Amino acid sequence: MLQYIARRVLMMIPTLFAISVVTFIIIQLPPGDFFTTYISNLAAMGESVDQTVVEAIKKEYGFGEPIYVQYGKWIWKIITQGDFGRSFQRGRPVTELIGDRLALTVVLSLFALIITWVIAFPIGIYSAVRQYSIGDYIFTFLGFIGLAVPSFLIALVLMYIAFKYFNQSVGGLFSPEFVDAPWNLAKLRDLLNHLWIPTIIIALEGTAGLIRVMRANLLDELHKPYYTTAKAKGLSEFQALIQYPVRVALNPWISSVGWVLPGLVSGATIISVVLSLPTTGPMQLQALLNQDMYLAGSFVLLLSALTVIGTLISDILLAWIDPRIRYQ
Amino acid sequence: MSQPTDPAAMPGQTPDITASEEAPQEVEAKIMVASQWKLIWWKFRRHKLAMISGIIVIAIYFVAAFAEFFEVFPPDQYAARYTYAPPQTIHLIDMSDGTPRLAPYVNGYKVTIDSFSLRRTFVVDPEQKIPFRFFAKGFEYKLLGIIPWDRHLIGPVNPEDPFYLLGADALGRDLLSRMIAGGRISMSIGLLGVAISLILGILLGGLSGYYGGAVDNIIQRIIEFLRSLPTIPLWMSLAAALPITWPPLYVYFGITIILSFIGWTGLARVVRGRFLALREEDFVLAARLDGAPQIYLIMRHMVPSFLSHIIASITLAIPGMILSETALSFLGLGLRPPVVSWGVLLQDAQNIRAVSTAPWLLIPGLAVVIAVLSLNFLGDGLRDAADPYGR
Repeated sequence: MLQYIARRVLMMIPTLFAISVVTFIIIQLPPGDFFTTYISNLAAMGESVDQTVVEAIKKEYGFGEPIYVQYGKWIWKIITQGDFGRSFQRGRPVTELIGDRLALTVVLSLFALIITWVIAFPIGIYSAVRQYSIGDYIFTFLGFIGLAVPSFLIALVLMYIAFKYFNQSVGGLFSPEFVDAPWNLAKLRDLLNHLWIPTIIIALEGTAGLIRVMRANLLDELHKPYYTTAKAKGLSEFQALIQYPVRVALNPWISSVGWVLPGLVSGATIISVVLSLPTTGPMQLQALLNQDMYLAGSFVLLLSALTVIGTLISDILLAWIDPRIRYQ
Repeated sequence: MSQPTDPAAMPGQTPDITASEEAPQEVEAKIMVASQWKLIWWKFRRHKLAMISGIIVIAIYFVAAFAEFFEVFPPDQYAARYTYAPPQTIHLIDMSDGTPRLAPYVNGYKVTIDSFSLRRTFVVDPEQKIPFRFFAKGFEYKLLGIIPWDRHLIGPVNPEDPFYLLGADALGRDLLSRMIAGGRISMSIGLLGVAISLILGILLGGLSGYYGGAVDNIIQRIIEFLRSLPTIPLWMSLAAALPITWPPLYVYFGITIILSFIGWTGLARVVRGRFLALREEDFVLAARLDGAPQIYLIMRHMVPSFLSHIIASITLAIPGMILSETALSFLGLGLRPPVVSWGVLLQDAQNIRAVSTAPWLLIPGLAVVIAVLSLNFLGDGLRDAADPYGR
């Protein structure tokens, strides 16, 4: 087992390297760079730019040098100092900017994730055990709707309903008077008041898919003889179900549970844009649109690295839980 | 998701086709001689939801193909007087002179302009009747890009009259016409994207499955790598990399290629898996021992037995493409006006102020949902039917 983990960790290194190269190429793809746009914008407004400052920054990041030199400078700083560069637009280090929003993003995503699981697992199990019952049909139907409706549409509709019938604005996480206020109990209560709608919308996004996966997997297991045997030996229906088929049916879910990791950080971009939540998602969108390349690149790199690590965690969990898997 | 487990099916079990009044032997005989496609069709026909969805999908693509005929106005024709005009209700029967008479009309608007906010409010004016007719004369266009015509399915008798069955947007453009125009773009992006994915998938997946060894290894590593990248940030970065200066057509193809860039890996896996499994099948071995040439073996024996699966997989891949395009365009990273797609239309409904003044701007979302749902159901039905000997 240890050997397996060690080998997988070693295999991650070339993958991460390839990812960093691809990321860098992608963020370099747009023609021009931030400064060209920035300077021409300022010039258009009749302002001048302090050329020495621009030159200094350009030199620091190796603008105008071959792309592999730029890449080298970028990756070297990340590895040696944990320095992901600066956001040109906001003039602050990338780590600081992401750090500012990370806590809130993780809290929001984590709550949403827990809600997803709490809803999806019981429903999935119920739908499989009571296949073709009215409940199953209702949940299957809702599940299909859930898969077909884009999450931002749900957000828009809920926002409209909340605005129209409850006269409540849903956007943002704080009421205007609390945005800049220091943390206290009233602010926390205000946050919780705003938090639940986005949390539920984000949670709903993954629920439908998980219900369907759980139902399909469990259905495959319920027809197997070991389940009949367990019941014949006198285990209660519930015990037999939870201890054997459900455990096996969880495997496909475990094999993708690692992707929760990048999900926690990416901050449900589209929903966050619609509901104007201060998560990492909208910041990344802005960075991409403005060619703020180090901010955008760090995001993609961070999320890709987390995806790879997540996959590793999933594989280890799977190898640990499922005795049929051998470490080869 | 899980594969249908065919070993569980009883060997002697025959699918009960709908012709139940026939004697069992006759049914048996019919099944024995039926071609594979016939068996698939029989099985598919029993799936009512999939049948209905199939009809809806065909209807949507039909409307998309002949979009200009179904549009009332050109999708970019604006009318500042009718900013955010609400949807009108259709009246088929005119009761005004006591006796009912078949004369379809919609009511006009009474417009009041708020002197403070300068916002127009529209009230339905029952006095004012705007007659409309089917196959009305309207703007000129070329059907399928070839046949010049000026008839439209529906249109006001006087083309100058306001006629907004689904309301108007911020520039007074007709939402119905824009939605139909958007359907053409959104639905075709799904098809085209899947076609590109399919070519890449079959080519690379087939190579991988057929040759095995080093080729297989390299292609599988590439697929694994592409799958280890997070989809949404990757799409967003690639879409943001499309130059602003590109003409709309280039952007359209650019977005399609970006979407298929990830999509092909899934299809390649399906193709490879099928190839690997089929290579070991008895009937393939038998054909090989019979001395069938390789290309004949592949085309005559292997391809037909996984073609149905591939068709089901691509049907299920189209809705994903449509949803992705919608999401990207909605964020402003995908297609850009003046190109109209469902995602571009929904962009107008992005803030609560627009939605609360004009809730009908959300209607294109309904089109997305219907298209995606019916493609999903159709794909599910096809997947079940693709394996006529399964459960």
